[in-house]
Parts: sequence; structure tokens; C-alpha cells
Amino acid sequence: MAEFLNGIALSGDLPVALEILVLGWGGIFVVMILIYLISMALAKFFPPSKEG
Amino acid sequence: METLLEGVIALGAEPGRIAMIAIGCLLMYLGIKKEYEPTLLVPMGLGTILVNIPASGVLMTGTEPGPFQILFDAGIETELFPLLLFIGIGAMIDFGPLLANPFLLLFGAAAQFGIFFVTIVAVLLGFNINDAASAGIIAAADGPTSIFVANSLGSKYMGAIMVAAYSYMALVPIIQPIAIKACTTKKERAIRMVYRPGEVSQTAKILFPITICVVAGLIAPVSLPLVGFLMFGNLLRECGVLNSLSNSAQNELVNLISILLGLCVSVKMEYSEFLQFDTLIIMGLGLLGFIMDSVGGVMFAKLLNLFRKEKINPMVGAAGISAFPMASRVVQKLATEEDPGNFILMQAAAANVAGQIASVVAGGLVLGLLL
Repeated sequence: MAEFLNGIALSGDLPVALEILVLGWGGIFVVMILIYLISMALAKFFPPSKEG
Repeated sequence: METLLEGVIALGAEPGRIAMIAIGCLLMYLGIKKEYEPTLLVPMGLGTILVNIPASGVLMTGTEPGPFQILFDAGIETELFPLLLFIGIGAMIDFGPLLANPFLLLFGAAAQFGIFFVTIVAVLLGFNINDAASAGIIAAADGPTSIFVANSLGSKYMGAIMVAAYSYMALVPIIQPIAIKACTTKKERAIRMVYRPGEVSQTAKILFPITICVVAGLIAPVSLPLVGFLMFGNLLRECGVLNSLSNSAQNELVNLISILLGLCVSVKMEYSEFLQFDTLIIMGLGLLGFIMDSVGGVMFAKLLNLFRKEKINPMVGAAGISAFPMASRVVQKLATEEDPGNFILMQAAAANVAGQIASVVAGGLVLGLLL
């Protein structure tokens, strides 16, 4: 167990993987929230009734 | 006589080749008999047999690259095939239900959790970060994105990643119910949701893919090849003046690319590359990713329910993976099992479409963070 934990501590890639979790997963939420806002704006500015 | 038997002798000397030929037969069996993603598994199965025959001419003809190698270099190495496939996928997607209920976009983001969970697990298992992220991207439940990202990151596990991505996508009806039932109660699965079918104008549908390209491009420019080709396909569908191009993209283009993609990805199915313990681990990590995607989506819906008066059926969260339309059908089937009158297919389908956008964004962000 101690060896395993040492291995984890020594793995230089773990901080990068955690960074990907925070910035990657978080980034997807940011992009999806922006798309959500865009969708709301599109629905507001281009309602179906305005089209012939 | 000796020349004629050369192939048989070489095959006997390398039993790994025989094992790979058996795997090729298994892939074709799964594709033909079980109808698991046959468009990919059948060409890939035969391709696996062809590349594992000793001194196979499909890889090298004398000192020149053979046809599979040429196709691989032209279509996968350059990342063109997965991108072209995205035009067809984009042309197939109707964003209407999602635009009518944009709130469901968030489930697409939540259900990408498996990608990041698996990346961390793979790093803990000793994979370098590029291979770990390539294993993680299997959980995007999106074959072309998996190929694009794994290839861009130079992963040596392309064959395993492709087999895992496509076979688990076909196994969504088996994998997802187990994961969903493990983290929901019967009462939660029976939650009914009111569907509000808001109308969406054609102008909004045309502007949607264009604005997505701009937004994704500004935040994660590396994702633009993926997002751009997907949205271009959708623009062909929605613009209303390119119906024949849209039909070609949905049918001829997708069919042609699927044939070529399935065949040439077999280049990575050579026994020396594929038959390793790491391959099994990659396959296991892919399965874990699919499970954790569903768990992530369900747990996110449960979290939202803590703050909402009108509760969400948490299974809709699990439909936020990219595997369309299997994931939404699975969710509807589970809802009907608990309450035959419960109809959540439209919400699940919208979350499923959101998953398609989120998976390409995830691929782009992973590349942006690593390249």
C-alpha cells in the first residue's frame, strides 16, 4: 500500500490529470452554459411567430 | 512447395497472429450476428484478419506501403476520416428539441465525467498522461472523437481504443441500466417530467451551428476541427437550400468513410501491437468510463433536484452521453419498467443530443490542455 501511495506521489502526471479534470470538465460546463445562453437569446430574438 | 507453405509455417511460428485472426472473427460475429455497430465492426474484423496474415500485402508490398497503410496515413494520421464522418453526424442531428429545452444542455456536460475519472485512474495505473487521456476519451462514447483525440495525442493504443469505443457504444443497452440502477432508487426512476414542446424558428436553427462554432472557437480553438465539421453538417441540414448535400452527407459520405475507417484502423490491430496486457487494461478503463459517465449524469441530476421544486428524473442525466439514440432509448425503457405511463423520451433525447456537442467540446478541451 505504501509503495502504491509512493508511486502515486511520484507520478508527475497526476497533477496534470487533476488539472484536466478541473479545467476540462469545468470548461465543458462553461461552454455548455454559454450555448444555453445563446439558445435562450436565439429563441428570444427569433421567435417562430416572426417567420412567415 | 516450401514457398506455398511459407505463410502457414510463419503463422504457426507466431501464435499471436492466430489469436488476432480469432479476434477478427469475433468482431465480425458481433457485427453480423449480434448487430453491434456492424458498419464498423465488420470491416474492422476482416481488416484484423488481413493485417495479421504473415507478410501481408495490405500493409507492405515489397518496400512500398500497402493499401491499408496508405489509407491509414491519408485518413487517420491526417485525422481526415473522423472529421469527415462528423459532417454526416452533424447532418443527422436535429437540435430542435434541445433548443426548445436548452436547460438539458447541462446534462451533456455532466455525463462527460467518465473521461476525466478514467484519465486520473489511468495515470494512477502508470500510463503517461497522453495515453491516459486517450483511454479517458473512450468515455466520450463517440468513436470519431476518440480516434481524433487518441491520434492527436500519439497514443500507441489506437486499436484498443477504437474497439473499446465502438463495442461499448453498442453495449450501452447492457452497461447503462446496471450503472443507473446502482445509483438510483425505484422511486427516483419513476419520477415523471412535464415536457414543454416549445417551437423553434428556422432562423434560430440556422444561427445555432454558426454561433456554436464561434463560441467553441473562442474558448477552445483546438476543438474547432471537431465542432466545426459537426456544425457544418448541421448547417447543411438546417439551411433549407442544400437538402441534397445534407442527404449525401447523412448517407453516402457516412457510409464511405465508415468502410474506409473500419478497414484502415485495422493497421493498429497487428498482433505485436494489440496483444499486450495494456490492451486489456485500456478495454477495462473504457468500460469504467462508460459507467462513470452514467453515474456522473445521474448524480448531477440528483444534485439539481436538491434545489428544484419540479424534480428531474435522474435517469435523464445518464442520457447525456453521446451514444445517440441508444442512451435515450435505454432511459425511456427503464422509466417504463418502473411506471408504464412515464414518458421522458423527449427530455432524454435532448440530453443525448447535448451529449454529442459536449463530447466534441470535451475532446477539444483535452487536446487544448495537453498539446
